[in-house]
Amino acid sequence: MDNSRMENLSLQDQGGPHGQNAPPQPAAGGLPPVPQLPPQMFTTAAQLLDLTDKKLMIILRDGRKLIGVLRSWDQFANLVLQDTIERIFAANLYADVHRGIYIVRGENVLMLGEIDLDKDDYVPEPYQEAPIETVHATQRKEQENRKNKDKAKREKLLTMGFEPEHSGEVIF
Amino acid sequence: MLFFSFFKTLVDHEVTVELKNDISIRGTLKSVDQFLNIKLDNINVVEEMKYPHLSSVKNVFIRGSVVRYVHLPSGAVDTALLEDATRREATQASARAKQG
Repeated sequence: MDNSRMENLSLQDQGGPHGQNAPPQPAAGGLPPVPQLPPQMFTTAAQLLDLTDKKLMIILRDGRKLIGVLRSWDQFANLVLQDTIERIFAANLYADVHRGIYIVRGENVLMLGEIDLDKDDYVPEPYQEAPIETVHATQRKEQENRKNKDKAKREKLLTMGFEPEHSGEVIF
Repeated sequence: MLFFSFFKTLVDHEVTVELKNDISIRGTLKSVDQFLNIKLDNINVVEEMKYPHLSSVKNVFIRGSVVRYVHLPSGAVDTALLEDATRREATQASARAKQG
């Protein structure tokens, strides 16, 4: 990736894409012009730039929760994560599995959030850390239940002529 | 690009983003891009106990494709202006289509 272009996307940079200042756009209907932020603030790159090298919680489209340090990314939100752990939640239990380095294709990312280091690894009260085998077993049971429920719901909706929401796309 | 511009005017307002997986996240809109990816600051998850993995998260980047709704502060939306802009964009689009 062209590193110098990345540097140019700093949020503090007030200049336009080619160095000149972005003029304020006059609002329609003769209203006073609304102050405009520099356009390069509104790119995927700018949104990810200040998350670089931070410890993040990444949630994937299949429901996986990864915790790792964001080391690189591009405009599609393809990500490189370092020292990644996967945190598996099931019922009121959770377990961490060490995974290492991850390259995530952007389309699989649901959201990513910066972890507040003051509240690092804080998991609220009813949830308890448990051995991975226990969590896996609980998780399998939960998935089985959900699958059955989803199937029943889908069949019912189809009989009424509805196409189920996000069909074909697995989302948790 | 109309909705992109519209969301840009909502920066620094409190919004609630409802995702397709039913999580609702309330926070200050910090940034939006051409794909309507959304960045929220100081987030608060509605029904936090159901989503324990978000308790230690302070700001999120949400991929535009997983958003179902964005709940907006009604005071920050000028519907008349939006209607005008939509009509203008529609006329421009049809004019362009006629030209070639």
